[in-house]
Amino acid sequence: MSMLQRLTESRVWRALVRQGVSATNRNRILLVMDNVFLHLHSAKTRSRNLELSSTYFLGAISLVLFGILTLSGLLLMLYYHPSVPQAYHDMKELQFVVSNGLFLRNIHRWSAHAMVFIVFLHLLRVFYHKAYLPPREFNWVVGVILLLLTLGLSYTGYLLPWDQLAFWAVAVGTNMAEATPLIGPKLRYLLLGGNAVGENALLRFYVLHCALLPLALAMGVAVHLWRVRKDGGVQGSSGRYGSRRQVKP
Amino acid sequence: MKGYELQKDNNPKTTPKRVALIVRGQSARRVEDRGETVPTAPNLLLREIVIIQACIILLAVMALLFDAPLEGIADPRHTPNPAKAAWYFLGLQELLHYFPPVVAGVLLPGLAVLGLAVVPFVRVNWETVGFYEQRWRGRLLWVSLAVALTCGVMALYLAWPVIVPTLVVYGLLVLPAIPAVPERLRARLGRVPLADWIMTWFVAETVFLTLIGILFRGPGWSWIWPWRAGLY
Repeated sequence: MSMLQRLTESRVWRALVRQGVSATNRNRILLVMDNVFLHLHSAKTRSRNLELSSTYFLGAISLVLFGILTLSGLLLMLYYHPSVPQAYHDMKELQFVVSNGLFLRNIHRWSAHAMVFIVFLHLLRVFYHKAYLPPREFNWVVGVILLLLTLGLSYTGYLLPWDQLAFWAVAVGTNMAEATPLIGPKLRYLLLGGNAVGENALLRFYVLHCALLPLALAMGVAVHLWRVRKDGGVQGSSGRYGSRRQVKP
Repeated sequence: MKGYELQKDNNPKTTPKRVALIVRGQSARRVEDRGETVPTAPNLLLREIVIIQACIILLAVMALLFDAPLEGIADPRHTPNPAKAAWYFLGLQELLHYFPPVVAGVLLPGLAVLGLAVVPFVRVNWETVGFYEQRWRGRLLWVSLAVALTCGVMALYLAWPVIVPTLVVYGLLVLPAIPAVPERLRARLGRVPLADWIMTWFVAETVFLTLIGILFRGPGWSWIWPWRAGLY
């Protein structure tokens, strides 16, 4: 018995790799069903939904981007202090002192831009494929909430470098919020923790960006994916420019 | 059908009437078969792995090539000119140029979000029939009135970036009603449902306004040509 064979037949290996990559259909199905992460998927997939034009994988890409953002964000948190002016100095540290610090900040920023863009495209794809029709109405609304959370995450993250770009972009935004009838000024005060963008605002945006909003988004994504399964899987093109047309005289 | 032998017994006192027969392995909710299936592993999983890797590689390359912007430290006493929000809010900021903040910053984005949220509950979005595949003359009149009203109000505020996409999308919507237009184009456009026209209008507005905000606005929110004045 070779070493490799002994290893792969040991109880430890069997406990970890329960199915392996066996080519039997039974094992392929068990592979998905027996795994807490993979069991988000159904054991079988409609081959039509695997085509690129069915979903363009936009939801999957959004999720991957969220993953990249979470990981790079966690690493960035190790080097970041949400205080004035230390936050800005931390940016400089990332740039010049921390190994690969600039790369980390770059990938976080570009992924964030990409996520806003891809999530919006995902919304359009779902709309034009009429994938919001029953029974998926609820999941559409969840999706709109996820879009808002994505924007909120991007917007709160925008302030954190504490440079001129960040400061004034957020100043412009919160001034808009102030225009809300009746509750406007109160809303702005709540958001900023004061009457102007300052230290309190930075801390609040930090907490929103690193704790509250990511948790809310993760929870929303869980609901979103669960609903996709419960509503019968993803709906690709409804084919309304194709088959349905042919029945018309 | 093994194990489901049907017994003929028409006496309603001994056997209740059978209303549905649920065959083992099929749920009662299943109405139609939507095509053949394949095992998720490896068919979907492989594609997902490719997506994960492609995303990571692309973004890593981008992160290596382009540095995230970082300007001087935040200084409340020095307002940059122009002070721009994040790129996805520049459409709203462009609107702020024409409307009071309560309209551009609260009312219009609020309506957009509300409009998106209620999409599945609005009758017009249930239609999968093309605008010209049903009685359309009356509807076209209503749509034309709505467009005229929108453009009229926007003209009062001189908000031409709102008017331009509206007229472009309306122009495309009207094309199939014009006999002189080539038949194939008429047929293709005629199949587009009203809901898609409305969404396309929304997207056109969003993209047009955002692009103006990103590329064509300079100091004092004045109009600039990016190839002459550069990017702000």
